[in-house]
Amino acid sequence: MAKKQAIQVNVNGRLREAMVEPRLLLVHFIRSFAGLTGTHVGCDTTHCGACTVMLDGKTVKSCTLFAVQADGCELLTVEGLMQNGKLHPLQEGFKAEHGLQCGYCTPGMLISSYALLNKNPHPTEEEIRWGISGNLCRCTGYQNIVKAVQYAADKLDQGGKKDDLPNIA
Amino acid sequence: MIFQTSPEIGGMGHSIKRKEDLRFIQGKGNYVDDVQLPDMAYGHIVRSPYAHARLKSINIKNAMQLPGVLAVITGEDLAKANLAWMPTLFFDKQMVLATGKVLFQSQEVAFVVAEDPYTAADAAELVEVEYEELPVLVDPHKALDPTAPILREDREQKDNHIFHWEVGDRPATDKAFADAEVQAKVHAIFQRCHPSPLETCGCVADFNPATERLTIYLTSQAPHAHRTLFSIVGGIPEQNIRVVSPDIGGGFGNKVPIYPGYVCAVVASLTIKRPVKWIESRSENLQSTGFARDYHMTAELAATKDGKIQAMRVKTLADHGAFNAAAQPTKFPAGLFSICTGAYDYPTAFCEVDGVYTNKAPGGIAYRCSFRVTEAAYLIERAVDVLAQELKTDPVELRRKNFIAPAKFPYKSPLGWSYDSGDYDAAMKVALDTIGYEALRKEQQEKRARGELMGIGVSSFVEVVGAGPSHTFDIAGIKMFDSCEIRVHPTGKAICRMGTKSQGQGHETTYAQIVAQELGIPAADVTVEEGDTDTAPYGLGTYASRSTPVSGAATAMAARKIREKAKKIAAHLLECSEEDLDWEPGKFFVKGAPSKSKSIQDISFAAYTNMPQGMEPGLEAVDYYDPPNLTFPFGTYICVVDIDKGTGEIKVRRFVAVDDCGNIINPMIVEGQIHGGLTEGLAIAFMQLIDYDENGNVQGGTFMDYLLPTAVETPHWETGKTCTPSPHHPFGAKGVGESPNVGSPAAFVNAVVDALSHLGVKHIDMPIAPWKVWNILKEKGVVN
Repeated sequence: MAKKQAIQVNVNGRLREAMVEPRLLLVHFIRSFAGLTGTHVGCDTTHCGACTVMLDGKTVKSCTLFAVQADGCELLTVEGLMQNGKLHPLQEGFKAEHGLQCGYCTPGMLISSYALLNKNPHPTEEEIRWGISGNLCRCTGYQNIVKAVQYAADKLDQGGKKDDLPNIA
Repeated sequence: MIFQTSPEIGGMGHSIKRKEDLRFIQGKGNYVDDVQLPDMAYGHIVRSPYAHARLKSINIKNAMQLPGVLAVITGEDLAKANLAWMPTLFFDKQMVLATGKVLFQSQEVAFVVAEDPYTAADAAELVEVEYEELPVLVDPHKALDPTAPILREDREQKDNHIFHWEVGDRPATDKAFADAEVQAKVHAIFQRCHPSPLETCGCVADFNPATERLTIYLTSQAPHAHRTLFSIVGGIPEQNIRVVSPDIGGGFGNKVPIYPGYVCAVVASLTIKRPVKWIESRSENLQSTGFARDYHMTAELAATKDGKIQAMRVKTLADHGAFNAAAQPTKFPAGLFSICTGAYDYPTAFCEVDGVYTNKAPGGIAYRCSFRVTEAAYLIERAVDVLAQELKTDPVELRRKNFIAPAKFPYKSPLGWSYDSGDYDAAMKVALDTIGYEALRKEQQEKRARGELMGIGVSSFVEVVGAGPSHTFDIAGIKMFDSCEIRVHPTGKAICRMGTKSQGQGHETTYAQIVAQELGIPAADVTVEEGDTDTAPYGLGTYASRSTPVSGAATAMAARKIREKAKKIAAHLLECSEEDLDWEPGKFFVKGAPSKSKSIQDISFAAYTNMPQGMEPGLEAVDYYDPPNLTFPFGTYICVVDIDKGTGEIKVRRFVAVDDCGNIINPMIVEGQIHGGLTEGLAIAFMQLIDYDENGNVQGGTFMDYLLPTAVETPHWETGKTCTPSPHHPFGAKGVGESPNVGSPAAFVNAVVDALSHLGVKHIDMPIAPWKVWNILKEKGVVN
């Protein structure tokens, strides 16, 4: 076993420190060390996207990074989307438009959609489909996820709700 | 007609938002892998690299010496406890950990337990297993050759034949074919595929030596039945077992069987007296648990010249892999495959199925379908299209000419089913009008003239779902009823516990809506709980579209029992006789004087505070519902495809799905399930394949090469409906979650074949990848 290393990761605005094996996957750090089980594991080949999180403002599949690679970084997981006790418009949208069934892909879908809207506040249906194409869903057929993202885009547009968004690079 | 409740009550027909969503959108679901217990250890399975090999030796010494390793369990260890083999759900047995030999690649050979999952995986690498390779059998058509290696040396029967099953009238069918003016024949393989729910299978087995109780957190679609089986097989008193099926990340049939990993985790926990977690990886999931289909089918239709079907004849070879681990009712070795006569009215049919062993993963589970209904629906809907080609007639016309007329229901099918209700032409008509069929056929002609490839595929399927009745249906001897217990609290709120288990179907919402419909208690005031065998009433679980037909019915029946008692209390409160009372959801009122009423909330309070003299206090009921028949959902799906001649790429331009599932509880949830099922149907038609090479190496054993559709490949679905209630279900519902997966593969394939039919193409096996189409175009001289 390789020597453990100390890492510091800002997870959803809270600093988490841990001694970890260099081979520890980031997703296992998030789930086991930070105790945030919303980030899921759905495959072992980086295809399903259930483990998607934002690392310094970019979406990553946390099963394909080591925790040590996140040392000194800022992480946003699904648990960080809710701000001041209020659901993010995307979270509202997934519920309002029936964008989830079993819920297992939902955290990764939310993070990918969040990243998409950050870059492109008014995506077309095709842009949304490409934006979530790194995330597999076995239940919904994606159609209502597209509607959920559109719901959030509209809501963010109307309400000037940008201020409600988590402050992440 | 279903009484329309107010949106505040939210009974049947309201698209109320799902109650379960709030935790999922916050990442606060509680799936099995989220269960963390103090002092928990982790299991990892050592698997066979070979498809067929003699086990020469297993050396665990190096693994045991790795710091952090707690135990290494082998088949020999299990044999001492008589657990090296376990019964499957279908009269066969399956090795938990291999003894003697291995029979498929990735078979379970040893179970390593360690302080953390990384160490467990390291130690698994250190387990040294010596194998002697044996000849491998992968082709089911060669399984019965005299030269084929005998795979199951444990059986008295020394061949690879598992079962022969037949149904129908063979002589009458043969005669109908001898007399037939026209015949059509299709060989269709429904390929081996895997349901691949996004959450894999896993468990946490927690044996508490102080209480002698075993709690198993399990990815289980049938927690109660699993408790009983753990008790019978493991010899553990049933009261000492608690199965908890927490949030389940999709099931689709994958989570019906009991898998070796579960048993190993239980044995490990009993051994080290600590909780043991075992979660399979995706590759393990695809390679070892719960494959589906693998039916090699031949269907023939006999018809008159003017297109009246006279008979159907079906011969099928079923590849069950190394063990027959099919999860289906015990009287039905080929499941409900005999629904294969479909939506059409003809007197005679004969169907036979032979099951064989091969060196492949065991299973034969019902992947988002009611026990082989998908194979059946695909087969008849393909065969009808081939017949239309033989007759040079339009496939829609041929279907409409042969549909069972609405007046003929209940309809006795030639293979023995009693279809409850249907109006197949009504669904067809809605589908044709929605998609604009005539215009599409015209467009197709024009395109063909220009050398462009466009196809229109139709599928008019019939399902058979919602098993029982118990006199005919059981799983491993346990009758297929299901249950609901409702307790109404003094303040008029309620909790409802079920024998089923949602895996994403939205039970916490839909069952609450049934209670709302029946009692008028707002759905928002009804908590639904499932999956904990310590608290929920016994039931057979959720698969085969049986939750609404069976547990949904139990919910209505339990609510009606409560309503009977509530009526007595209302009469007491209103000082009138029960006969003077009328009901509408939410209140009893005096006939002709609606202002004199008592709400269900008033009555609930009185049930605990002011009940009539002599009445038992409280307001609760339980119902174990044994359905009198199955339900028969149906629909017509129409698919339009465009094919790129240069690449063979198929684009689904439009897909209209018209479903009839009887009365609907929550239209939003029904539509969502149809979207999801269609997407799985798309995946089966074009992408999903678990294949094996000649050495038995699994192809398609990871997401690298087991293709699933993303949002980009998935088209925009258009849905429609007709409503033909089930006459025997308490509120006329039929079940819907599997219909789109059952009905759609034929629509996709029919569309592609239709696009190429003018070239003489009659059938293409799934999955239809672009290279297959391109090869056909090349062969036919369409491209160079």
